[in-house]
Amino acid sequence: MDTFQLIILLLDATLRTSTPLILAALAGMFSERSGTINLALEGMMLGGAFSAAAVAFYVGSPWVGLLAAIATTIALSLLHGFACITHKGNQVVSGMAINILMSGLTALVGIALFAQGGKTPALDKGSRFQPITFPGADAVKDVPVVGPIYSELLSGHNILVYVAFIAAPAAWWVMYRTRFGLRLRAVGENPGAVDTAGIGVVAMRYRAVICSGVLVGMSGAYLSTAQGASFLQDMTAGKGYIALAAMVFGKWRPFPALAACLLFGFLDAAATRLQGVVLPGIGEVPVQLVQALPYILTVILLAGFIGRAIPPKALGRAYVKER
Amino acid sequence: MHQMHGAGETGAVQPAIELRGIDKRFGAVHANKEIDLKVDKGTIHGIVGENGAGKSTLMSILYGFYQADAGTIHVDGKLCDIRGSEDAIAVGIGMVHQHFMLVETFSVLENVILGVEGGAVLREGVDKAREELKRLEREYSLNIDPDATVGDLSVGLQQRVEILKALYRGAEILILDEPTGVLTPQEADHLFRILDTLKEQGKTVVLITHKLREIMAATDNVSVMRQGAMVAHRKTAETSPEELSELMVGRKVLLRLEKGEANPAATVLNVENLCVDNAQGVRKVKNATFNVRAGEIVGIAGVSGNGQSELLEALGGIRSASEGKVELNGQDVTPGKGVDAAELRRRGVAHVPEDRHRMAMVTAFSAKEAAILGYEDDPAYQKGVLLDWNAISAATANMMSEFDVRPDNPDLKAANFSGGNQQKLVLAREIMRDPELLLVGQPTRGVDIGAIEFIHKRIVAMRDAGKAVLLVSVELDEIMSLADRILVMCDGAIIGEVAASEANERVLGLMMAGVDPNEAKAAEGQA
Repeated sequence: MDTFQLIILLLDATLRTSTPLILAALAGMFSERSGTINLALEGMMLGGAFSAAAVAFYVGSPWVGLLAAIATTIALSLLHGFACITHKGNQVVSGMAINILMSGLTALVGIALFAQGGKTPALDKGSRFQPITFPGADAVKDVPVVGPIYSELLSGHNILVYVAFIAAPAAWWVMYRTRFGLRLRAVGENPGAVDTAGIGVVAMRYRAVICSGVLVGMSGAYLSTAQGASFLQDMTAGKGYIALAAMVFGKWRPFPALAACLLFGFLDAAATRLQGVVLPGIGEVPVQLVQALPYILTVILLAGFIGRAIPPKALGRAYVKER
Repeated sequence: MHQMHGAGETGAVQPAIELRGIDKRFGAVHANKEIDLKVDKGTIHGIVGENGAGKSTLMSILYGFYQADAGTIHVDGKLCDIRGSEDAIAVGIGMVHQHFMLVETFSVLENVILGVEGGAVLREGVDKAREELKRLEREYSLNIDPDATVGDLSVGLQQRVEILKALYRGAEILILDEPTGVLTPQEADHLFRILDTLKEQGKTVVLITHKLREIMAATDNVSVMRQGAMVAHRKTAETSPEELSELMVGRKVLLRLEKGEANPAATVLNVENLCVDNAQGVRKVKNATFNVRAGEIVGIAGVSGNGQSELLEALGGIRSASEGKVELNGQDVTPGKGVDAAELRRRGVAHVPEDRHRMAMVTAFSAKEAAILGYEDDPAYQKGVLLDWNAISAATANMMSEFDVRPDNPDLKAANFSGGNQQKLVLAREIMRDPELLLVGQPTRGVDIGAIEFIHKRIVAMRDAGKAVLLVSVELDEIMSLADRILVMCDGAIIGEVAASEANERVLGLMMAGVDPNEAKAAEGQA
């Protein structure tokens, strides 16, 4: 059962590594389906992670930390919206500016508050999201096949992991089954159609970036108060961009994006596990190559090899009434 | 000043729409000057005027897209404060925009309910909407599948989705802005039948157009706008195209171009089995074979998007041929193999592209810079390694006086000229090189009537000077009045040729819709 055990461990790690990607990719989707490019996911995640860890440390509750993270990312989303929606600024520049700003600001405030070289103090058990053990997980542990799947793979994750996996179908339902979703998709395709239907384009897009902020805030909080136990400088390490790549890979749709996040999460988990492993015939596994795979796959997708990824038509364009 | 008709004469029924003293400025542009307008209930009312006369601005104010600086709007006699599209919809005004306001990735049903979904969760509203949609479709014979994706529909059907959207919102007054610009004549006829049905049901229709033929055929009353002002109101039955065009321009204009017989000489351009693919590898021009002789104008007619653009761009050297060959005066100039736009220009091919702003000029440049684009390596414009700006200014001034470009200031930014004057400058640049072959696409798109007359005369003068001219235009009137021979393109293929003397709108229209030329002519014979 050695291989089986290995697979379970690998999939277990996949769930943990893909959780922040799923939340951030869905965040990106809400923003981009409404027509606003969100390159700021990376910086927002960082801001969320810092706020969550810092507030959880002071208050001693991960839940208050989570709220702080969401408040931070909503504020950053509104800043992004103010630049891109209200003032029709360049959406890529605004996104990159937020990324650079948050990379510096989290380190600066971190050093000022805690003087630990940009880190936040390690959180104790009560200030972090704890694993949830499903009823009967221990009891069925030794049942072959089903036992490990239930007790190891499904049970024993923290609440945010489950939230992420519920968020994907929930996002689908909101996107395709509600009035809000219909209008949101419409405003990203043809804002003129929304305007002439008597709905405010600007308000609609702001609501979309706020949704984006809520989701990416949870993603940041996960990094520092669930998966980790403190904020580390630049701890996102490109996860925001990977999430963005997963969203594009999933063609701006919730379920394909979820699948892409799982794939990218799996590659990340595999890369960690394969570190230093020597495979027969190949030699030492080139871990960097495995880590680069998400980007390579996304480029291949964008080049049109795996079906066409058609972005929302009005993506990146501020709405200006025609004269 | 206003004429009363029908129900209006009794005084009991209020006009469907009454505008009083509407005034609107955009910066220095006075787009609407103290406009008064009455539209009677249950009529089709045309508003006609040149491009830039202020028609679209006026209707956008009525639909709440802009707010007027002064003036009032009355609907059914009641003063309305229309601050946004939702206010216009609430008083029963619907609008079909020139550029459709549709979400192409949505189904017809989703497009129709957008904004009036009937509940936060879609399912409740959608079932009700489907029933209502079926009823409306039957009532007005619109023939649309509610579950079709809008992007897959033809332009004519997309327009019906727009009408359906307005009706679904309970519109009693329907405004259509240049509705026939993208339609075949048959589709346009179908549209006018729909409008007639609407009128029978008691709806009021406002039709904005610059095509006098449509005004005469479809409307009950007509109002004429010129330079932001409302200059006249007429009953359609009591006016004529000549009177209306004079009112639009402010002086007499020739609606029919006067030109003599063509004297075609040797073949200048010979195209054999030319195929052109677009960037996605889709074949846009399929086995085109034709020629253009010296001293004749060959027109290519077709509904926009049927391969004419790609054909013109290939002949101009901007796109490569995938198959087939092109000869200029017997020499091989098949685009792609070492033959590009610059080479073709050296060989005497002048090209006035369809899209003035995207391809023919850089609007941020000054007029003199725009006037040498593509010919900037001409020795006449050089002084050593530098450009000779004095010579360029002089050449530009010469072009401007020759082609009546106003204002005649070579240093003015190209963007600050009107569309007609920009186009005249581009034509001057190309025609004054005295080319062997002139390729010209949509020469009068967005150009006012006065300038159209001038541009047409210059193109005919080219022909009379013994040059070959290939004209691509989606305006059938333009093709029929300018061309000596007419080729019709449909779905990338040239499906037939008609001599200008035998051409009429019905035959060309059927051919544009893909009907075999012989059948088209036979159908015309029966009609």
